[in-house]
Amino acid sequence: MTGAQHVLEHHLTVYRRTWKGSLFMSFLSPVLFLAAMGLGLGSLIARGPVRTIDGVSYLVFLAPGLLAASAMQAAFVETTYPIMARIQWQRTYEGMLATPIAVLDVLVGEFGWLTFRLALSSCAFFFVMLLFGTVHSVLAVLAIVAAILTGLAFAAPILSWTATRRTDQSFALIGRFVITPLFLLGGVFFPLHQLPQVIQGIAWLTPLAHGVALARSLSLGVLAPSAGIHLAVLLLYAAIGITAARITLQRRLVQ
Amino acid sequence: MASTPTRPDALIHARGLSKRFGDLVAVDAVDFDVNRGEAFGFLGPNGAGKTSTMRMIGCVSSPSGGVLRVLGMDPVHEGPRIRARLGVVPQSDTLDTELHVDENLFTYARYFGLPRDTARRRAEQLLDFVQLRDRAHDNVEFLSGGMKRRLTIARALVNEPELLLLDEPTTGLDPQARHLVWDRLYRLKQQGVTIVLTTHYMDEAEQLCDRLVVMDKAKIVAFGSPRSLIDQYSSREVLELRFPIDTTPALDGLDGLAERIEALPDRVLLYTSDGEAAAAAVHGRGLRPESILVRRSTLEDVFLRLTGRSLIE
Ligand SMILES: Nc1ncnc2c1ncn2[C@@H]1O[C@H](COP(=O)(O)OP(=O)(O)O)[C@@H](O)[C@H]1O
Ligand SMILES: [Mg+2]
Repeated sequence: MTGAQHVLEHHLTVYRRTWKGSLFMSFLSPVLFLAAMGLGLGSLIARGPVRTIDGVSYLVFLAPGLLAASAMQAAFVETTYPIMARIQWQRTYEGMLATPIAVLDVLVGEFGWLTFRLALSSCAFFFVMLLFGTVHSVLAVLAIVAAILTGLAFAAPILSWTATRRTDQSFALIGRFVITPLFLLGGVFFPLHQLPQVIQGIAWLTPLAHGVALARSLSLGVLAPSAGIHLAVLLLYAAIGITAARITLQRRLVQ
Repeated sequence: MASTPTRPDALIHARGLSKRFGDLVAVDAVDFDVNRGEAFGFLGPNGAGKTSTMRMIGCVSSPSGGVLRVLGMDPVHEGPRIRARLGVVPQSDTLDTELHVDENLFTYARYFGLPRDTARRRAEQLLDFVQLRDRAHDNVEFLSGGMKRRLTIARALVNEPELLLLDEPTTGLDPQARHLVWDRLYRLKQQGVTIVLTTHYMDEAEQLCDRLVVMDKAKIVAFGSPRSLIDQYSSREVLELRFPIDTTPALDGLDGLAERIEALPDRVLLYTSDGEAAAAAVHGRGLRPESILVRRSTLEDVFLRLTGRSLIE
């Protein structure tokens, strides 16, 4: 798969130009969220009648959920406009495919790149969690892996969709009607079991709820049997998405 | 074409090659062979099927029918192996606007699996070849159209291809930029690179191509060298007459003055072996055109003869 390596190398060459800004944001965003929501809102909760959420402070509850949700958002951003640019606005892929690189190389390289990006931003997030003192178990490091998998579980299906699009119209809609509602209702800011049954049911059909649950239990140092189910759902979404992307990207690029 | 012999050493060999997009037939059973070392052209108007043909040769589009061999291999099954030996200049540039000029070349060389130091050396040489050395560290966005085109050509050369495919290499460039591109292509040809290009400029086809096919509406309507096509389908000279608006005489007023007469919206073309004599005869009949021009026949005239239309509408 040297072709895929060269695709990855291309993305890294471009990233060399922008990494400072994007890494800075990877730190800034969790700091802001954990300070405002975790400490700010958390202090109110600590003084209220419930005091803790599912037995832990609000900050400790919130941080791993946000970790997974940030990966979802990063995956969404990386697999819509930039992919559209490489397909049709900049035609980067067309240039690549005029060389020995094949569509499968493009796809594998792209997922290598996404994994790298998700790993960087999740590690940055985890570092901020350490600073805020929300990490109490060695097992918590695995929450980074859970976040990366959550990102890939979104990235793969979205990429396969993007490859079928001629305009960017639908991207804003995905953001508004999928990503933002999931972010708000997917169990990040409060436990899912507080929601009506129907919404809980819907939430559990999406990768985010499983990613959040997995990251949260790992960050608390718990390895429950349900972790296997969460992991399976995330892998299933990623696998189906990659399979679909292979078909749609092939169709789009080799006509 | 039945009269084209099958050359076993042809770099590209196509028989009955077709491409369909749904119901639309973009390329309709074309036959051609491209031989090593020649410059071969596809001349035709927009929509003729030139790009579709080039993309099949470039192994990024699979034929809907017929036979296609490139470098003796089957493009459907051996795409990467063929592409490793091709250089491709697509119709619209696919340069990486996020990378600098030299990075574009280096990254592209890496796609072909060249080691880093070789890639760097090749990039340096090519910057000189296309005269972009002083722009090496500039952003691609800031290059002129002609410079971008030259960079695209340089990029297509990083793997020292045997066969260079150029889809409308100079469309949209100003005359000076075009001549620079032509000059580089001419040098490459002298170095033994086989060149296949598409164009809708008859002067480009005449300047660069040893042999060409004329394409129209998905079909090949003629093939040969530029000279032989002109000899075969047109007269030696053309007399172009422009009349004041709304006073263009009925064509029968010009009857018998030339072997063939074409009336275009803005002018009348008289195909004749002796333009001056025909011009005198026009005057003799008391006709007073606004302007008179005697010129040699071009491929444009060939195309008009074959299709009844101009190359560029
Ligand atoms: N991907 C495609 N899908 C559908 N139709 C296409 C596609 N590519 C080209 N065509 C159609 O095929 C015909 C030939 O196009 P093309 O090969 O681009 O011609 P040319 O390069 O000579 O201008 C045109 O009618 C064009 O609209
Ligand atoms: Mg074209």
